[in-house]
Amino acid sequence: MIKIKIKNLYKIFGRNSELSIPLVEQGMGKDELLEKKGHVLGLSNINMDIEEGEIHVVMGLSGSGKSTLIRHINRLVEPTSGNIIIDDVDITGLDKEALNNFRKNKTAMVFQSFGLLPHYNILDNVTFGLDIKKIDKLTSQSKGKQWINKVGLEGYESRFPQELSGGMQQRVGLARALTNDPEILLMDEAFSALDPLIRKDMQDILIALQKDLKKTIVFITHDLDEALKLGDKIAILKDGFLDQEGTAVDILLNPETDYVRRFVEDVNRGRVLKAKNIMQDASAISKDLLNGQSLKVKADDVIEKFIDRVVVDKPDLIEVLSENGSAIGYLSPDRLSKILRK
Amino acid sequence: MFDFFLTFPALPREFLRDFKRGIDNGFKEFSRSYGENIETFFYPLMKLLVFIERLLISTPWPIFIGIVSILGYWATRSLKLVIGIIIAFTFIGLFGMWEDTMETTGIIVVSTIVAVLVGIPLGIWMSKSSRAQTVITPILDFMQTLPPFVYLVPVVMLLGIGKVPGLIAVVIYAIPPVVRLTNLGIREVDNEIIEAAESFGATPRQKLLKVQIPLAMPTIFAGINQTIMMALAMVIIASMIGVKGLGLEVLRSISNQYLAIGLLNGIAIVAIAIIFDRISQAYGKRVQEHRKGGNHK
Repeated sequence: MIKIKIKNLYKIFGRNSELSIPLVEQGMGKDELLEKKGHVLGLSNINMDIEEGEIHVVMGLSGSGKSTLIRHINRLVEPTSGNIIIDDVDITGLDKEALNNFRKNKTAMVFQSFGLLPHYNILDNVTFGLDIKKIDKLTSQSKGKQWINKVGLEGYESRFPQELSGGMQQRVGLARALTNDPEILLMDEAFSALDPLIRKDMQDILIALQKDLKKTIVFITHDLDEALKLGDKIAILKDGFLDQEGTAVDILLNPETDYVRRFVEDVNRGRVLKAKNIMQDASAISKDLLNGQSLKVKADDVIEKFIDRVVVDKPDLIEVLSENGSAIGYLSPDRLSKILRK
Repeated sequence: MFDFFLTFPALPREFLRDFKRGIDNGFKEFSRSYGENIETFFYPLMKLLVFIERLLISTPWPIFIGIVSILGYWATRSLKLVIGIIIAFTFIGLFGMWEDTMETTGIIVVSTIVAVLVGIPLGIWMSKSSRAQTVITPILDFMQTLPPFVYLVPVVMLLGIGKVPGLIAVVIYAIPPVVRLTNLGIREVDNEIIEAAESFGATPRQKLLKVQIPLAMPTIFAGINQTIMMALAMVIIASMIGVKGLGLEVLRSISNQYLAIGLLNGIAIVAIAIIFDRISQAYGKRVQEHRKGGNHK
């Protein structure tokens, strides 16, 4: 089911910027628009469907408009034109009060530099959203404590943000968002300010939490590896235009533009692609191979995990097994080697 | 021929005379018809001022010194300041300036209260509305550069000589820093923190009370501190329009060339200025302790 539907979204910064929309529709680019009209093109004709319960990553370099895009979903930034439909409601038409209610109940956001309140302790930070909703202290504190424990910050309730390391502060940010129990979690470069190791920890925490939570998550990043690791779907933005959208495998194996191609060139496919991503049906495999000697791998294993056995055992076929052990697909060594050769 | 360039061609003398007379008469007319209303309007201020002055004067001196010492210690945790406070007030008392000092303290306290009550809302308004900021900023600039003697004139014409006009002159002179720094403090709050508050659906009021004002507090306190210092400077000048206290003695010493009186009262003013400054500054720093981290248990 589609949770968030973004339709023909334009954002142009500047005075009377709506007048420039026809120009952009006729194909005027970012530089020309700035030169001729003094308007800055933020987003141009973005159309995007975000599935319920999925992590939808929006990737792009700085200036690509990705942070602007995510801020449209809770309307921290107002669109110049276009619609954003969430659960059948066009949120671009909400008045102030309805918008605040929408923000209180549907969304929560995690920020790049955490956005914590320095004058509140950790518990008060985590319960900030509930405090805004005027939920009584007892309830909100017990909810807040649960989430503090879940992100591994037990015992830090009465500390202040400045006393915590960056990784710990972002755990607070995550707990603050989740304590609000939002349907949609907006994460704006949430892990970009963290050290590589801590960043990996946080990605793993998010993946682990998402297994139970099944929230709709919009995740902004400039890091392709992070996008490939987290994203059920990945959208690549360039200069305010949506360049390509698809699964990690689509993006890696079938880049549609030169920009995306250059981006994915250096990615280690063996570390990103899972057996289930590249397996084929039995019908695509020749009879000889099906009857030959096979190597069994799990659907969620990345190529790197079984490549050594392929090299040593030289099987005729790789059989992909589901969680309960039944074969759900096949992979020939030829195909595997083609995929790895790029 | 060259005369034109050597002497600036001023407007005709008659015109200037009529012009000035017109303004004066107009203002006199205004104060004649509204002066009484304005006085009634400021009557509660008069009450407050008299109440605080009486309170200060009727408080036995050991209790007064005790209270200020406790206040000083609570704000700064410094015994040095407490000793300074005791020495300063002993000096003031011994040289017979106790009552004058209490009157000056009273007017400083009241004018600071008024400046804060008017200034902080003004500063908040400026921070919310860029239009308000563009209008108020030049007015504040004007107020801060206009020689203070100049605004004594309309105040006296409106309200005559006495405590309340003096108080109003002091407030007008001292209010700009608290307005400016409230505005600045709120505008300086990290944008991502504001966005965070908004993303949780905070109303403008919740945003202001829970996020902006608490985070602007250190800056606001710097403004209050400067306002107090400016009030102390102005209270001396305001003695020319009937404010009693240490300033009046200074004024007397100027007109009569009493060096000793001038010096003693001057030193007393410096002493209370330092005490006010240290206490309000230390309090401002305590408000921002969370920023350093590690001080909370």
